[in-house]
Amino acid sequence: MRDITYAQAINEAMSEEMRKDDSIIFFGEDVGIYGGAFGVSRGMFEEFGEERVRDTPISELVITGCAAGAAMTGLRPIVEIMFSDFMMLAMEQLANQAAKNRFQFGGQGSVPMVLRTPGGSGTGAAEQHSQSLEALVAHIPGLKVVIPSTPYDAKGLLKAAIHDNNPVVFIEQKLLYRVKGPVPEVEETYTIPLGVADVKREGTDLTIITYGRMVQRCLTVAEQFAESGEANIEVIDIRTLVPLDKETLIKSAKKTGRVLIVHEACQTGGFGGELSSTIVESDAFFYLDAPVKRLGGLDVPIPYNPQLEAQVVPTEEKIIAAVRELL
Amino acid sequence: MKLPKTVQKELHYKMLLTREFEQAAAKLFIQGKVHGTAHFCIGEEATGVGVCSALEKEDYITQTHRGHNQGIGKNMDINRMMAEFLGKETGYCKGKGGCMHIADFSVGSLGANGIVAGGMPIATGAALSQKYRKSENITVCFFGDGAANEGAFHESLNLASVWKLPVIFVCTNNYYGMSTHINKSMNIEDISIRATSYGIKGLALDGNDVVTIYEETKKAKEYVKEHGPMLMVLNTYRWMGHSKSDSQLYRSKEEVEEWKDRCPIKRHREYLLENKIFTEKELDSMHEEAAAAVKAAVEFADNSPEPKIENIFDDVYAD
Repeated sequence: MRDITYAQAINEAMSEEMRKDDSIIFFGEDVGIYGGAFGVSRGMFEEFGEERVRDTPISELVITGCAAGAAMTGLRPIVEIMFSDFMMLAMEQLANQAAKNRFQFGGQGSVPMVLRTPGGSGTGAAEQHSQSLEALVAHIPGLKVVIPSTPYDAKGLLKAAIHDNNPVVFIEQKLLYRVKGPVPEVEETYTIPLGVADVKREGTDLTIITYGRMVQRCLTVAEQFAESGEANIEVIDIRTLVPLDKETLIKSAKKTGRVLIVHEACQTGGFGGELSSTIVESDAFFYLDAPVKRLGGLDVPIPYNPQLEAQVVPTEEKIIAAVRELL
Repeated sequence: MKLPKTVQKELHYKMLLTREFEQAAAKLFIQGKVHGTAHFCIGEEATGVGVCSALEKEDYITQTHRGHNQGIGKNMDINRMMAEFLGKETGYCKGKGGCMHIADFSVGSLGANGIVAGGMPIATGAALSQKYRKSENITVCFFGDGAANEGAFHESLNLASVWKLPVIFVCTNNYYGMSTHINKSMNIEDISIRATSYGIKGLALDGNDVVTIYEETKKAKEYVKEHGPMLMVLNTYRWMGHSKSDSQLYRSKEEVEEWKDRCPIKRHREYLLENKIFTEKELDSMHEEAAAAVKAAVEFADNSPEPKIENIFDDVYAD
């Protein structure tokens, strides 16, 4: 193992797969010489050339639809949408075309594409560059949705997404791009199958179900509770929203009897509702010692001021308070 | 260019087949056998037939919601088209897509689209595949005058131009986006001038002249392989309403009648007779053949099984 950043892990996943398979091409806004707005694809243009790493006009709709059309005809495109907020500009091609293609044409074809895009707040980018929109895409049958929380997961999950024969929305976390973590040496190839949650910390008293940037925050809180001897908290990173590993969640809920769901996205209509229902509609309901609790972002756009911005998503303090309510 | 007799026959037969197909489909509608909606291209047969007959099987097309002529032009199986129209298991989409989503990947049709301009980015991507693979084939992207006002039109033509992709963007201008005449939706009369904005070639043709459309598509295919995309506008007219619920208050009967006089099938028939390419008798027998094929398609569709709810999750995801 060596420590590399989340961004580097993503770069390695793309580059390693592109070396093996010339049907993989990569395009998006400023992904070439510039290396992507967050530098994720630095060096790829130099290695793979302008046929395989393509800068596009600022045209999210056709970037996405072009990937779908190329995927339908034998390529395995990866596209980068510069901020996940810009998925709104791509939504017609993503939701009406890529997602429905196989079903509406009676299974004639498939759309093996990956749409990579950074989500989340915390960079002072304000309302239109900070959203967490995963629930929107998770709501559309035909799409798979992945949000990795560590460099290790990012690399393994992206490889699985590239190999997947469906359109995969791969939502990266912009605040994690520079975070380092252990990843196997380059020669040790691995993938992480989509649809398998990861128990990031085992515990017995309460389960936190979370994903993305909130995983580390929940782990920090869990350690604090462990140190104080107050509670032994289990932290589950769902890693993929679609497909969802319900079994792991239900099993944990049965074990601990207390469930807190944490995500950065606005609480109303957020994916937490789906996670909560997964627990309460299962036989885990009968094992619960307290109602399932959600802690999402406030139902407001992400504000600019750093103090305000930090307070509209779950903070350590808010997570601690929510845990205490449940214990 | 003098077209071979076999090509003239193909063009004429496919137009007759499209006309018969749609008339039969309209009848099924009246009989209450069609669950959803339908968009007929009667009067526009020369567009899809002329363009697609000039293509090879390996060339791709993306179709519109008014695209039976395009599918038949690309040699789709009318039995499976009719079965899909009736929502049957044997239809192209196993009854899940309906006539707005007819596709046949095996003959290069990447599908009809229920979203106006929805196929334009897809076609751009298909052409990217062809260029990347250094294929000799091209993509034809069908869309209507209404689609020319969508953002997808702009983004697709621009990207295809920048990347010099082998795609012909074929606009079947029937002058109405549902009820709205193009003189209310754009400030130009000739849609092909929009090509200039993208630095590509634009061409406007009589959309009811199947022979010219065929010939120009042959030339366009060679052109786009070498120079990148072009915009070909086929000016034509839809005789019927937009869909099943259209009382057509937005246009005059005189206007419709005037265009009916310019029927692409009648025109081609007269051309074939004048040039002594086929006799009346031969043309009549082609018509009978088309009618018989459509009758058989209706029977096939009628006798086909309904899809089963047990299979509803099939094809939401690929393995």
